[in-house]
Amino acid sequence: MKEQSKYLEGVDKKDLFSSGHRACGGCGQALAARLVADAAGENTIACVATGCLEVFSSPYPDPSWRIPFLHSLFENAAAVASGVDAAYKALKKGPVNIIAQGGDGSTADIGFQSISGMFERGHNVLYVCYDNEAYMNTGVQRSSFTPYGARTTTTPTGNTTRKKNMPMLAADHGISYVATATVDDFRDLQMKIRKALTIEGPKYIHILAPCPLGWGHHGELTVEICRLAKDTGLFPIYEIVDGKVTNVRKIPVKVPVEEYLKPQGRFKHLFKKGVPSKVVDEIQEIANQNIERFNL
Amino acid sequence: MLKQIEGSYAVAEVVSQCRPNVISAYPITPQTHIVEGLADIVGAGRLDAEFVNVESEFSAASVVLGASAAGARAYTATTSQGLLLMSEVIYCIAGMRLPIVLTCANRAISAPLSIWNDQQDSMAVRDAGWIQLHAEDNQEASDLHIQAFKIAEQTFLPVMVCMDGFILTHAFEPVDIPEQKQVDDFLPAFKPRHIVDPRWPRGIGLFADPRFYMETRYILHRALEKSEETIKEVSSEFAKAFGRESGGFIKTYKLEEADVVVISMGSVVGTIKELIDQLEEEGKKVGLLQICSYRPFPRKAVYNALKDKMNIVVLEKCISLGRGGILASDVRWSFPRAEKKDRNISSFVAGLGGRNISTDDLRYMVEKVAKEPVEFEFLGLREELIAEKDM
Repeated sequence: MKEQSKYLEGVDKKDLFSSGHRACGGCGQALAARLVADAAGENTIACVATGCLEVFSSPYPDPSWRIPFLHSLFENAAAVASGVDAAYKALKKGPVNIIAQGGDGSTADIGFQSISGMFERGHNVLYVCYDNEAYMNTGVQRSSFTPYGARTTTTPTGNTTRKKNMPMLAADHGISYVATATVDDFRDLQMKIRKALTIEGPKYIHILAPCPLGWGHHGELTVEICRLAKDTGLFPIYEIVDGKVTNVRKIPVKVPVEEYLKPQGRFKHLFKKGVPSKVVDEIQEIANQNIERFNL
Repeated sequence: MLKQIEGSYAVAEVVSQCRPNVISAYPITPQTHIVEGLADIVGAGRLDAEFVNVESEFSAASVVLGASAAGARAYTATTSQGLLLMSEVIYCIAGMRLPIVLTCANRAISAPLSIWNDQQDSMAVRDAGWIQLHAEDNQEASDLHIQAFKIAEQTFLPVMVCMDGFILTHAFEPVDIPEQKQVDDFLPAFKPRHIVDPRWPRGIGLFADPRFYMETRYILHRALEKSEETIKEVSSEFAKAFGRESGGFIKTYKLEEADVVVISMGSVVGTIKELIDQLEEEGKKVGLLQICSYRPFPRKAVYNALKDKMNIVVLEKCISLGRGGILASDVRWSFPRAEKKDRNISSFVAGLGGRNISTDDLRYMVEKVAKEPVEFEFLGLREELIAEKDM
C-alpha cells in the first residue's frame, strides 16, 4: 500500500471523468481519459471523436464526464474544437482548456486532415490521441497506427506495414509542443497535459493506451505492457518543444521485444511452437532503430 | 439603400449586418464571392468576427458546429460538392439543434463535373432536418438571410438559404441593403439554449441507444413542421419592418383565374412570370405557385391554394435518378388520394447543369400540359446527343 501511495504522489484525482462507464476491464483509454481530465481540471472542454471513448463514456442519459463534453462525428474532433476556440475568441470568453480527443483511427486515418488543418491554423487546442493501435470499437480492424506484425481482423496474417509516425508529423506542422506518454506513468502523463495547457496554440500528446480486447492481453497487464513497450524501445517517450526533441526517457535496462510481444494475443502467430519467426527480428530492428534515433 | 451590386456581395453585406461571431468557409464556385466579401468585411474591421479559413467544407461545417455549440452565432456558405462533403456534418447540426445559417449557391453535382446551376445539391440533403428557403432574386436572397438567423434562433433549427448559382450569385441587380440599425432592431442577440461551458458542465452530442433515438427524430420532424408558423411570422415581421414582402411559405402569381398552374422554386420563377404575362395577352390563363420554403414542405398551403385547380405542372431543376421529379412527388403528395383521379399533375425536369430555360421552353411545356398530362419529361433535351446504346 505504501508503495502504491508513493506511485500516486502528485497525481491529480478529481474524478472529472467518473467511474461507472462501460469500458472493458483494464482499458488503457479509460485510464488515460481520466488522467487527462483530472490533470486538465474543471476549466476544460472535451471535444471527443466517435470511437470507444465516446461510446463507453457518453450514452444518454448517463455520461461519465463532469466537464463539458462535445461530440459529433468520427473525423472532425479537431475541427469542432477549432470552432469552440473561434467562438471563445469571438465572444471574448475564457481562458479555457480545449482538448480534442480521439483514438488512433480518428487521429491517423479519417481525421488526419482536420487535425492538420487545426495545427496549421494555430488554434489554441490540445489534441490528445489515445493510441490503441487498431479500430477497437468496431472489432479490431487495422489502422495506420497498427504496428508491424500485429494481427487484426483485417490483417489476419499480421500487419505488413509500419506504424505512421504521428508525433513527428504533428511536430512538422511547426507546433510548439508534442509529447508521447503511456498509461503506466501517471505523473509523467499528467505533467505533460498540464505543461501543454500552459502553451498558447496547438499541442499534440500521443498516449499509448493498450486494449486488452484487441491486443489479447489480460486486463491486469495493461500497465505492465506499457512499461515493456517503453523498455523495448518500441514506444519512445519524449517531448518535442519548438521542433527539438527533448526530455527523452532513457531505458533503464533494455528488454528484448519478445517480452513485449509474448503476452499479447495479437502477436501469438509470430511464435509457432514457441519459436519466434523472422518477423520478431524485424520488430527488434524497429526497436533498435528507435533506440538509436532517440538515444534511448 | 438601393445599391447596384453582385448577388454574392449583397449576401455578404447582409450576413455581416446579422453580426455572426464565427464564419468558416472553404472556396468553391459559385459561392466564393460570398466568403471573399465577408473576409473583406472582417479584414476591414467592419465586423468583429472570427473568420476561420479551413482546409475543406467538411471542416467548415465542423467549425461552425463547434462554434454554435459554444454559443456563437455561426455562418457558412457552400455549394454542390462542398455541400455533399459537408453532408455528414449537415445531419449532425440539425440533430444537435444548432441554429446555424448556411448559404447554398445552388449548383449541379458531379459526374460529369459541372460548375453551373441546378438544385441537385440542396436536394441531396433535403431530409437532413434543415429548413430550406429558396430565393427568387437577389433582393429576396439578401432578405432571407436576415430572416434565416431569426428563424433559426427561434426554432433551434439550422436554415439553408438556397440561391441559384451564377444566375443569382453572379448577377448584378439593384438590391436594397438595409441600414445596420434596421437589422439590429429586427434581429435580437443570439440566446443559445445549451452550450459547452465549464460553468455549467453538460454533454452535447451524447449517443442514443434504441430506447431514445427514435424520439429525437420525431421531435426534430415535429419541430420542422412547427417551424411553418415561425417562417410565416418572421416573413410578415420582416415586411412590416423593411416595407417589402420576402420569403414566407409560398407565393402565388395570377393564380385565381388560371387554367394551368406552374409550380417551381428559385430564380426560374422570374422567367415563368414573364411567360404568364405573355400568355395573358394572348388570352391564356396561366398562374404560378412558388415554393419559398421547400423544407418544411408547405403541403397544406399548396393544397389550399390549388384545391380547385385541375391542371398543374411542376418544373424543377433536380431529379431523383431512377424515380423522377422530386418536387413533383412532394406536390402530388399534397393532395388527398381520393382527389387525385381527375387532377393532372405533370412533372418536368429542366435546367440541369446550367442548361438555359427559355420562355419558349416554358411555353412548349405549358401548351403541352394544356392538351394532355405529362407523367415525366426532361425539358430542353438535345436528342441528337443521346444514343439508345448508352442507356
